[in-house]
Amino acid sequence: MATMVTSTKKVTDKGIGSSGKFPGPNGKKPGGNGWHGGDHSKPKFSPASYRITMWVVLAAVVMMFAALSGVYIFSSGEQRRPVAMPRMFFVSTLLILVSSGTYKRAKRSLERDRLRAHKRWLLVTLALGLAFVASQLIGWRELANAGVYFAGHPRSSFFYFATALHGMHLLGGIGLVLYILLRSLRPVWPLQVEKNLTWTGIVGLYWHTMDGIWLWLFGLLLIFR
Amino acid sequence: MSVESHEGVHRHPAPTGFIRKYIFSVDHKVIGIQYIMLALAAVAVGMTMSLLMRLNLSWPGTHWPILETLFPTGAPGGVMTPEFYLSLVTMHGTIMVFFVLTTAPQGGFGNYFLPIQIGAEDMAFPVLNMLSFWVTFVGFIVILLAIFVEGNQSIGEWFAGLGPSFAGGSGTVGPIGGWTGYAPLSALGKVAGPGQGAGMNLWVISIAIFCIGSLLGALNFITTLLNMRTKGMSLMRMPLTCWAWFTTAVLALLSFPVLLGGGILLLLDRIAGTSFFIPSGLYVSGLLSGSNPNFPLHTGGSPILWQHLFWFFGHPEVYIAILPGMGATSHILATFARKPVFGYRAMVFAIFAIGLLGFFVWGHHMFISGMSPYSAIAFSVLTLSIGVPSAVKTFNWLGTLWGARIRFTTAMLFALGFVSLFVAGGITGLILGQSSLDLAMHDTYIVTAHFHLVMGVASIFGMFAALYFWFPKMFGRFMNETIGKIHFWLTFVGVYTIFVPMHIMGIVGMPRRYSSFAEYRFLDSLHPLVVLVSVAAVITIFAQILFYFNVFWSIFKGKKASDNPWEATTLEWTTATPPPHDNFAGVLPTVYHGPYEFAVPGAPNDYVMQTDVGADVPSGNGHNGHKH
Amino acid sequence: MGRVLAVIIWIITLLSVLLFVSGKWWFPAAISEHAPALDRQFLITIIVVGIAFTAAQVGLGWMVWKYRDTGSAADRAVYSHGSNRLEVVWTVITAVIFITLGLMGQSVWASLRLHDAPPGSYTVEVVAQQFQWNFHYAGKDGKFGRTDPKFIDDGSLNFVGLDSTDGSASDDAVTSTLAIPVNRPVELRLRSKDVIHNFWVPQLRFKQDLVPGMEIKVHFTANRVGKYELACAELCGQLHFKMRSFMLVLPEEEIQSLQAMPQEQFQARVQELLNQYQLPTYQ
Repeated sequence: MATMVTSTKKVTDKGIGSSGKFPGPNGKKPGGNGWHGGDHSKPKFSPASYRITMWVVLAAVVMMFAALSGVYIFSSGEQRRPVAMPRMFFVSTLLILVSSGTYKRAKRSLERDRLRAHKRWLLVTLALGLAFVASQLIGWRELANAGVYFAGHPRSSFFYFATALHGMHLLGGIGLVLYILLRSLRPVWPLQVEKNLTWTGIVGLYWHTMDGIWLWLFGLLLIFR
Repeated sequence: MSVESHEGVHRHPAPTGFIRKYIFSVDHKVIGIQYIMLALAAVAVGMTMSLLMRLNLSWPGTHWPILETLFPTGAPGGVMTPEFYLSLVTMHGTIMVFFVLTTAPQGGFGNYFLPIQIGAEDMAFPVLNMLSFWVTFVGFIVILLAIFVEGNQSIGEWFAGLGPSFAGGSGTVGPIGGWTGYAPLSALGKVAGPGQGAGMNLWVISIAIFCIGSLLGALNFITTLLNMRTKGMSLMRMPLTCWAWFTTAVLALLSFPVLLGGGILLLLDRIAGTSFFIPSGLYVSGLLSGSNPNFPLHTGGSPILWQHLFWFFGHPEVYIAILPGMGATSHILATFARKPVFGYRAMVFAIFAIGLLGFFVWGHHMFISGMSPYSAIAFSVLTLSIGVPSAVKTFNWLGTLWGARIRFTTAMLFALGFVSLFVAGGITGLILGQSSLDLAMHDTYIVTAHFHLVMGVASIFGMFAALYFWFPKMFGRFMNETIGKIHFWLTFVGVYTIFVPMHIMGIVGMPRRYSSFAEYRFLDSLHPLVVLVSVAAVITIFAQILFYFNVFWSIFKGKKASDNPWEATTLEWTTATPPPHDNFAGVLPTVYHGPYEFAVPGAPNDYVMQTDVGADVPSGNGHNGHKH
Repeated sequence: MGRVLAVIIWIITLLSVLLFVSGKWWFPAAISEHAPALDRQFLITIIVVGIAFTAAQVGLGWMVWKYRDTGSAADRAVYSHGSNRLEVVWTVITAVIFITLGLMGQSVWASLRLHDAPPGSYTVEVVAQQFQWNFHYAGKDGKFGRTDPKFIDDGSLNFVGLDSTDGSASDDAVTSTLAIPVNRPVELRLRSKDVIHNFWVPQLRFKQDLVPGMEIKVHFTANRVGKYELACAELCGQLHFKMRSFMLVLPEEEIQSLQAMPQEQFQARVQELLNQYQLPTYQ
């Protein structure tokens, strides 16, 4: 367990060359670097670490979808009849857009300390997310009925693959939403609030990014038929 | 407080119990050592494979009894089949590039020393860090499995045949495709010949797993460096090793997802009948596409697309392999030259430039691939530009040595060796980066010489230097300097003898990935060089036994080391040897100077540590060009 | 130790340079029109490379010799964090040299790859497969017979999938030897049946991948008569090392007479020519 030195900064007159000894108290303010002071009796929590990590994770996810989009755009459109966008995918788009909105409501409720509203909006988001996944499955059924199969022309395969990959990531997002829902059920104390807010923030980042990726894929599939 | 509740900055007690301490540890120091051990195991496998390759190339037709015993199918009568040779080529490359060059420099030394050098107690998310190692480890197991699965069996057949039979009949030691696995050869499956069966599936899966492990590692590096530096540790006071690890992590973050995506597509082509990389109208092994269950219908795919995806990852990957070595070299050169790094800020910019430009040059692997000749011109000019920051770094290393007081420890020898070898290897990039010259040089041994010198030698020298340097801090004991110096001399002379002649071989026209050169008259004159290279390779590979012995013996019996035996300046040398569980015994350091304050005029010693108070030195916040 | 290191580095440098300039091993004599320009660019590049390599290694050796710690404790290193001016100077000089080299290195590429084959070129269709080369000649009528993968049948030697019902196919010839005229632009239309291969004749200073699903057109002009080895330069399977064939560069009259021959005659004549011409002598 860390012991914090609480004495004021003291310049030792051992001078330089006394390796291994450092004068003064030290520690870190949450979220910043190199800031002294504050109450060190409680364990520190750094929202910034969580936020940076989520941005980093999203950068990787976006890169992968970018690479796949490149594959789609640059694979030849020849030897293939145009594929109609399954109607259910329009429903998917609606569902996910609304779910981003409900998630925002959930976040705002938490910021305003309205815990019951927070939990409710989270549940709605969850339901919308699951409905989205269901709509994807139905959409695939539509594609198969129209004679577009996974093992076929790369552009057809891409239809299935990209949406499946997105769906998988969305399921991960659903897991995260479930997680913050569970967190919100626990009794609340001051540090917990900060943690819950941070988690809600970063899961929101993830969720909205999934939304964005879906819109991108939807647009791509629509334009490059 | 339980270990699970890490929250970005954490306070948790030191673990007890063997499993928690050494196996499933969340301590970045243990994880770092685990990565290094993994790399040591992988490089032994890789070197053995290259040894076998050299035996085949130089003394073809020789009956090697050991081959006959271990691989009766792959090397009947002790003579390698061509597919056996090619599987060695593939596995050697894959294991070395991924499990050696992308583990030890970053996951090994980076994990161990980044947090300490910036004054943090651990990485931001220790559990994720632990996961990153174990996922990588699983990837290694999977690629090793590919050795046992006969190249063109299906996984079902293999299980039915009940288990690996090294002596029973591996026709290959893995898939055939080179570490680059170009489609359609890698995508078609068994119909395309031996070495295209289950082993290739395992190869792709192993790489995919590795991508995930690498990504998990990268996010910790980025978050920790950005958010957990101790008081006074501004970005421009960080050691260059930290800059290198940070940039490498960003490169990994942005390039591995592309490989992951491409790898999944390749796997789908192989097992799910898709055609991402397989065009229509193929006729393979006597079968027309779609005419036979062994060769289903494919349509619409593009083989070049695989190359784009692979090399978009592949080029940043080689900078991932070299940047940490560059950082370590800068660090070690300054320490044993007893001088600040020359041009610290320029070095930081050079690291950025190399990282950034590294994303725009992938097409130089594809000049003659059939891609647009106009893009080839663009890629060529950009490629030659990336030589500029590399040259700048070399000048600054020389500048660091100018006016120095050099102490020739083994670590320093390897760091100096890095500079020499990096120049030797990098400079031929000027040849290979020109599209016109590539018309003659593509897929010849000059390419092999180039990338081995930079990746397979310079990068490894960076790791040797790092290990000899940091070993005392990690294990509390020195590695033996005498054995270390013998190791250095044998290896340094050895690698030059191996790889310089390969340039000549490439100029004459020796092609890559040929299991035999006997077919072509224009290659006949090269035989003496081929033998010279192999003799040097045998000696150099066996010289590494000294190294392995030195490492493992010294862990237990090496001379004991103090906290700062090298009289160095950075934070890892301010703490105990080896560091306690939370790195700084509960009192995080405060930093007052830059990382390389050596030879400060007026200071009592010829080094001022970053934590030393009251010294009359520049604050080190990006101040350059002092008039001294 | 510093002196020993310096000497060893210098010896390695010297031996490396000697190996390159010895002349014992070098490119085989060139036989194409663009080769002199390419060889010249290579020479310029290798000289720059050689100078940079030697200068860096000599400099490194000199540094470790001169600035080794000779043990006098009072003596410290020079305290310098660098020099901004020097950084600018050497960055600019390096950039100028490298970019100039890079731009110079585009001219040969541009001349070959940015323009189509000139009119009047002699065209050959090339179809590569595991593990042989197939060269398809248009025959007397100058028109290539229609090919389609569905007609391919290696067993009956229809390697390129000629459509026997197509009139212009009857006079076509398919062999595994490339026979081209000297001093006349040659256009190759490169295709592959199965995996990526690469057409390469070292004396030509030219190589190009053959990619399944694509037809890639390239052109060059050979200017010396003779027989040359042709190799595959992209890993294509276990017999990649054995995918060997020959390129015959023949006088124009020979090509004309070949053009008039149907398959069997063509093949027989090519076989004669292969026996007649010898490979270049190598050291």
